[in-house]
Formats: sequence, structure tokens, C-alpha cells
Amino acid sequence: MIFLTVGTQLPFDRFVEIVDDFAANHPEIEIFGQIGEGSYQPKHMKYCAFLDEQSYKAQFDKASLVLAHAAMGSIITSLIESKPVIVFPRRASLGEHRNEHQLATCKNFETLDGCYVAYEKDQLLSTLSDMAHLHGGSLGLYANQELLNNIENFILA
Amino acid sequence: MKKKKLLAVASQGGHLIQLLRLKPVLDRFDTSYVSNQYREGMGKDFSLVTDANGDEKFKLIILFLQMSWLMITKRPDVVISSGAAPGFFAVMLGKLIGAKTIWIDSIANAEELSLSGKKAGAFADLWLTQWPNLASPTGPKYQGRVL
Repeated sequence: MIFLTVGTQLPFDRFVEIVDDFAANHPEIEIFGQIGEGSYQPKHMKYCAFLDEQSYKAQFDKASLVLAHAAMGSIITSLIESKPVIVFPRRASLGEHRNEHQLATCKNFETLDGCYVAYEKDQLLSTLSDMAHLHGGSLGLYANQELLNNIENFILA
Repeated sequence: MKKKKLLAVASQGGHLIQLLRLKPVLDRFDTSYVSNQYREGMGKDFSLVTDANGDEKFKLIILFLQMSWLMITKRPDVVISSGAAPGFFAVMLGKLIGAKTIWIDSIANAEELSLSGKKAGAFADLWLTQWPNLASPTGPKYQGRVL
């Protein structure tokens, strides 16, 4: 199953529409989207505006691939859970966010194992068509030892 | 020796996920969590605060009052936060009551520090960025990252 998430704060119709078109061409693939309060209503996939934490987790757990806007939470969660994540950034220039920080997030994360960034529609579709070859990252549960040690030493000092 | 009391504060989503990645350290102390979302791993000592960001004056005032109350009742020895608005208030108020304060700016901010992270610098005893390129002698330090 593919899980699409665009967060709960802002709609992201452009992304949802691309994924819905993909769903139309791939009826054999189950897709579920958490799409916020957008104006585009998907026709070829299951979706809802919001999910509470439990339902979100349930959908997320079922997914073998995550499609996400470039939000830290979605990316980190996918990497931690070893699910491949395709990241599609919001553009402030298209009115999809207040500033271009999602582009910056993509630049910083595209080198990480298990994180696949698609900046444009074509790139998103070609990454999707290569779905079988995507793999999840392996981050482990906790921060690196350097940071843990430094913080503990500071607290105890 | 009595365990130190920690107040660990972050807003929901990415900030909170990053904070919880410090659990191996947080678990060694008497840690209370504060957020606008409950997440697995925070245990029973959790306080819910309102969800506010920089654009919402009224909610920010509520959040400030809630955080003030938590400081007075919890009297933490250490305040630690990864952002954003609740974390800023916590670090500021923590400093005011004499707690040791730690700010870890979100890993999302690789080009420049977050707005709350910049402001928190004035109140954080340990002021950290997760990007070496943002560290400077007068600014935040780099001491590792949550990944």
C-alpha cells in the first residue's frame, strides 16, 4: 500500500492530483491519502482530510511506500521505520507554503539513504514507476552518540 | 544523589520526534514532557499546552501563561527543547527561574537558524544547531545531530 501525506496545516492539491492520476493508471495499487482541506477531490484513491494519531499510525504501518510533502516529521518517521519515502516539496512560489523551506529540506535530505526527492511532476512519476527498486533507510531510533554524550555531560556538569 | 528534574519541551510533529530521539539521555533523569501532542515514549509525566505559532498573538499569550505555570509547579533543574514556540518560552522562562537551558535547533534549518532558535540564543546556556556550517564562535555550537 502507498500512503500519501501532505500534513494537516495546508492543502497541497498539485501533489494530490498527480498521485490521483497515477492511481487512475494503476488500479492494482492500493493508495491512501491524508490530504488536508484541499479543493481537489481524488477519484481513484481512498483519502481523508485528517487522521488522528492512531489512524495515522495504522495507515503508516500498512504502507510499503510513503509519499510526503517535505516535512521533517514525515521524512524522519519514514527513515526510522525503514520505509522508502518519496518527497515532493511545496513551493511558496505556487502559493503552497509561506516560504521555500521545503526546498531547503529536500536539498539537505536527498543524500540520505531511503529518501527520494522529486522536485517536479516528471521526476515524481518516474520515481513512482521505479517503485519496486526503492528501499527504506536505516536510522535507528535515537540521536547519534556524539549528541547524546554532549547533552548528558552538559546536564551533569 | 537525587535525579535532576528535566523539562523536555517541543511542539508536535518533527520537533517532537527530534526531541524523543534524545530519550536515552532523557530517561536517565526525572523528565517531564510538554507538547501540544502526546506521542508514544513520553510516559505519564506529560503536560498538554496549546498549539500556537508566531502569527497567533492570543494563543501565544495562553501558551506563555501555561508555560509559566509549568515552570512554577515543576521547578525543573534543566529545560531542554528542540522548538518551536513552546520551546522558546520554556527556555526563556527556564533561564529566568535559574534552570540550565538547552536549545537544539531543528535539523530542518540547514541554511539559517529558525526564528525561535535565533531568539532562544539569548536564553540558552547550551545553544545548538545540527548543521556545522551554522556554528560560529558567537552563535550556536554544533555537537552532533538527532539522526
